[in-house]
Amino acid sequence: MQFGIFTVGDLTPDPHSGRPPGEQERLKAMVAIARKAEEVGLDVFATGEHHNPPFVTSSPTTLLAYIAAHTEKLILSTSTTLITTNDPVKIAEDFAVLQHLSDGRADLMMGRGNTGPVYPWFGKDIRQGIPLAIENYALLHKLWREESVDWKGRFRTPLQGFTAVPRPLDGVPPFVWHGSIRSPEIAEQAAYYGDGFFANHIFWPTQHFQQLIELYRTRYAHYGHGTAEQAYVGLGGQIFMKKNSQDAIRTYRPYFDNSPVYRGGPALEEYIEQTPLSVGSPQEIIEKTLTFREHFGDYQRQLFLMDSGGIPLKTVLEQLDILGEEVLPVLRKEFALGRPADVPAGPTHAARAARAAGAR
Amino acid sequence: MKLVVIAAGLSEPSSTRLLADRLAGATGRLLPVRTRVVELRDLAVDIAKHLVSGFPSPALREVLEAVAAADGLIVVTPVFTASYSGLFKSFFDVLDRTALVGKPVLLAATGGSARHSLVLEHALRPMFSHLRAATLPTAVFAASPDWGSGAEAGGEELAGRIDRAAAELAAALGHAAPVRTNDELVPFAEQLAALGLD
Repeated sequence: MQFGIFTVGDLTPDPHSGRPPGEQERLKAMVAIARKAEEVGLDVFATGEHHNPPFVTSSPTTLLAYIAAHTEKLILSTSTTLITTNDPVKIAEDFAVLQHLSDGRADLMMGRGNTGPVYPWFGKDIRQGIPLAIENYALLHKLWREESVDWKGRFRTPLQGFTAVPRPLDGVPPFVWHGSIRSPEIAEQAAYYGDGFFANHIFWPTQHFQQLIELYRTRYAHYGHGTAEQAYVGLGGQIFMKKNSQDAIRTYRPYFDNSPVYRGGPALEEYIEQTPLSVGSPQEIIEKTLTFREHFGDYQRQLFLMDSGGIPLKTVLEQLDILGEEVLPVLRKEFALGRPADVPAGPTHAARAARAAGAR
Repeated sequence: MKLVVIAAGLSEPSSTRLLADRLAGATGRLLPVRTRVVELRDLAVDIAKHLVSGFPSPALREVLEAVAAADGLIVVTPVFTASYSGLFKSFFDVLDRTALVGKPVLLAATGGSARHSLVLEHALRPMFSHLRAATLPTAVFAASPDWGSGAEAGGEELAGRIDRAAAELAAALGHAAPVRTNDELVPFAEQLAALGLD
């Protein structure tokens, strides 16, 4: 089981100062956060891709490659890469370069973006959202697996005898997750290819995602990739910790009340009760995170959102220290208990390359 | 047979609730139905929170599920500013967009004056058509004078409209389509084929 963090790279003002971080400040903070993640023993750092203010994450592979150069073990991923508006040829190339330079520490998550207007910014038609996601990924999948690609689709010019370079490291394409919060078509797509399915799992109640993951698992088995229990499931989460509950809630409340996502709706306490948002003592974070397995079965990757909504870098780094020291060791131990031997671990390049070599 | 009645009146006692009860009672006399009346006033804060958060509180979720599972609906709103009330609209804004497909819905409204009665045709009916509900031909508007007792004040006329609407609802419920679910999975091969891919 892999644990990590994911970021959206937002420039939300700190409610205490009213000041948003500068763009360079935020990008460098994300690097510092990623390096800290490795230092405290986390496995994964993932970044979103946004092309509008107040975000700075328009070029994920640039950021991830820079982080790769400053880390040793951390898996670099996205949350998400826009399969609808990026040219699949460019995705194939960018992530193959990242995969080589990071020694296989790269994977990625497919998504469709945070806003409708992103489609015209890249010359695409929002009404074709799902068909674009299906066709573009079908091409990306082929580009990483076939040396010479002949291709004809609806949404881009045809390819004849095209070779995407560099070829995937050791002949093994980066592992792909498909992220979705409501579309059964995407769960079906992930199942069809035997790829991973990531449910963001924050901002809404758990039962919202249970049907989608159940559908993905059932269809994964239907397509013959393994049993439903062996499907690759990733979940999001959001946590804020202090030694005791009251301090955690008191410290977090101003960030919650000013959050672009949370403000103006149900109170912090209602969100904590009804959604995966965890604010409390390390023990409370552990207990709540462990319930995810009860809802979704044994899974492969848990990513936490920890740096959004104006929380200053210093606090995020402190949070990561607590996560690494007090929460992570217990989660690793507890999630391993009773985990069936035939449920796969989180996907790594080393394991997948060994399996591919074995198959050859 | 499950009938859910949505009443968006705000005052206590409410003429909107009174009309809702009269319509439900008239339907119940024609057909054995289990009737549940929901006063949106009790859910006003939960509905506003859902608009912001994108998910319902447990209490609101239970009501939304009851509406989706109902065989038919009676919906009654007061007329505010020449249309349905904002609370009434917001409730249907957070309802799953397929929850009312093919479902018999009796439209009704209350107001101070009969001059607003076409709100039923100009505001409510298009909204429920959008939700693909099977709205019944007779929609019932009760203005303040209608609650007077005699024929002169329109009281008997209102009673007649209530009975006619209830008869239409009972008839529709008598051969109601089974409750639909919205999970229709398109196998991936078909999604690829639709794009001309293999």
